[in-house]
Amino acid sequence: MKIAVCVKQVPDTWAEKTLREQDSTLDRESPDGVLNELDEYAVEEALQIAEAHGGEVTVVSMGPARAAETVRKALSMGADAGIHIQDDVLHGSDAIATSAVLAAALADKGFDLIIFGSESTDARMSVIPAMVAERLGVAQLTFAQRVSIAGTDVTIERVTDYGFDTITAAMPAVVSVVEKINEPRYPSFKGIMAAKKKPVETLAVADLGLDAASVGQAAAWSAVEDFAARPPKPAGTIVSDDGDGGARIASYLTEQKFI
Amino acid sequence: MAKVLVLVEHDAASGSVKKASLELLTLARRLGDPAAVWFGAGSTAALTVLGEYGASTVYVADGDDVKAHPVVPMVDVLSALVAELSPAAVIVPSSADGKEVAGRLAVRTGSGVITDAVDIDASGVATQSVFGGSTVVHSKVTSGTPIYTVRSNSVAPEPAPTTCTAQTVSTEVSAVAKTATVVERTVASKGGRPELTEAAVVVSGGRGVGGSEGFSVIEKLADSLGAAVGASRAATDAGWYPHQYQVGQTGKTVSPQLYIANGISGAIQHRAGMQTSKMVVAVNKDAEAPIFELADFGVVGDLFEVVPQLTDEIEKRAN
Ligand SMILES: Cc1cc2nc3c(=O)[nH]c(=O)nc-3n(C[C@H](O)[C@H](O)[C@H](O)COP(=O)(O)OP(=O)(O)OC[C@H]3O[C@@H](n4cnc5c(N)ncnc54)[C@H](O)[C@@H]3O)c2cc1C
Ligand SMILES: Nc1ncnc2c1ncn2[C@@H]1O[C@H](COP(=O)(O)O)[C@@H](O)[C@H]1O
Repeated sequence: MKIAVCVKQVPDTWAEKTLREQDSTLDRESPDGVLNELDEYAVEEALQIAEAHGGEVTVVSMGPARAAETVRKALSMGADAGIHIQDDVLHGSDAIATSAVLAAALADKGFDLIIFGSESTDARMSVIPAMVAERLGVAQLTFAQRVSIAGTDVTIERVTDYGFDTITAAMPAVVSVVEKINEPRYPSFKGIMAAKKKPVETLAVADLGLDAASVGQAAAWSAVEDFAARPPKPAGTIVSDDGDGGARIASYLTEQKFI
Repeated sequence: MAKVLVLVEHDAASGSVKKASLELLTLARRLGDPAAVWFGAGSTAALTVLGEYGASTVYVADGDDVKAHPVVPMVDVLSALVAELSPAAVIVPSSADGKEVAGRLAVRTGSGVITDAVDIDASGVATQSVFGGSTVVHSKVTSGTPIYTVRSNSVAPEPAPTTCTAQTVSTEVSAVAKTATVVERTVASKGGRPELTEAAVVVSGGRGVGGSEGFSVIEKLADSLGAAVGASRAATDAGWYPHQYQVGQTGKTVSPQLYIANGISGAIQHRAGMQTSKMVVAVNKDAEAPIFELADFGVVGDLFEVVPQLTDEIEKRAN
């Protein structure tokens, strides 16, 4: 089985994220970059499927030069090969362009499964997997808390507002996974060493047959008009409980007309 | 006036229109003439409420294929309506389904999409609250039919009575929609409380609640306020409370008038799901807990003493 996993480098979860004054894009230089934590579950699921059913796992990432670290991280967890789409013209791409780039990199490679995280912690859109499925014209099995493979069919449990739906499709399929699905492994020392020798193909937009004018900030189909830091919330009233903590909250809620 | 398509959600069991959908109809009126889009059965019973909130038309797509396949049938129906009506905008809820519908519709119709808007003005500029609420962004779609996903509890639903007429639309779905099939729906028990993402008040418990029995304290407080119950991932992972009540990055995003966090430290992933709450009250033993940074009112103390006392007080004051 040929499996692709799409991973994104994002600013460290705990870093303060800011937009750049000059072009309203996310500052990806200052904070440390990490493998989007929800994508770790995608890598883990890909590895488990490959271990159980045989197969090869290719990591795919679009991002600036330093996103190569993120590709290496996934390789050190055990993925076999990487594709890093890196091109200055991609700066400021919206989800529409990102999905076009990923779809172009994934198309015609014969992947049976293309696995995503359910959300990037910076963009938080949860749309890329669905958009890629739309572009590739393949089945969409997203928000999976469980994935199982039987022959050429893949079945997932999709987390819903009310419980879960069991959804099945013939491969090829796009899958996205939620964090309940597994426990991502840590790269071993051996894995880290082995990752250094694994093949990573670096591609530019032209290599994908895409027009440079169709990606990047100028081509985006939505634009930021302005942004501002939310004025810091005035510090709240914090009291210690002297046996009347509950009553004090009740008084506060009465003042605020909740009671 | 150009139509604005609004994807209306309704409770599968009771058929009642979700409050969030009335909020979307209210926003849609700023951009044009709201038209509801309804998937599944039960639209006839909803005509009154849809009309009351300003929808002059409801497009009804009720067929077996719509139910049997996830997400894509909704995109098929909406894209056909976009082609036919050239609406001023399409507004869908910021649910998992809603965002995926919006994303695919954007690709298919050559339109820009803005997700998780908390407001839209008459010129189509959307407000988003990003990076855990630290930054407010205004943005606009610059290509095609603007598509927005809007968070629940972002605006108050306002009636604008009109007469709503139903129009049946084709439910023939594309080949790609049929590539995935729903074989079973598992519905977790719902209970009598308001729905988490719609509730005006949410009372949440975390690791500090200590076990599933501890959640009865949280539930009692919630019931005294007519609130929904939420939980941190620590509590849902431990099996103390069902997963569908998890609030946070990988759980539900809530934006209630009042959020009461009990025994929750306020990790960044938890905050991601509740940071836009209008008011936050926190109870935690640890004065250093980050949740207090967000709290309008906080009590440093043991929740097993503070919360029952609060519940008693509320019941006393309510009577
Ligand atoms: C990929 C990923 C996704 C995640 N998604 C989510 C998510 O969606 N939602 C989420 O919530 N978390 C999420 N997390 C987990 C998050 O990082 C935290 O681990 C989690 O929120 C902690 O839950 P907690 O606050 O209940 O527990 P803790 O951090 O352990 O805090 C418990 C708090 O209870 C207090 N306490 C203990 N006993 C009492 C008492 N008797 N009275 C009063 N206070 C008491 C303690 O002082 C402490 O502050 C995610 C993590 C990852 C890696
Ligand atoms: N630049 C990127 N490169 C590779 N994968 C990505 C990229 N952006 C998003 N993804 C994938 O799409 C998922 C959802 O991202 P998003 O729609 O941005 O929330 C992520 O969890 C990743 O698996």
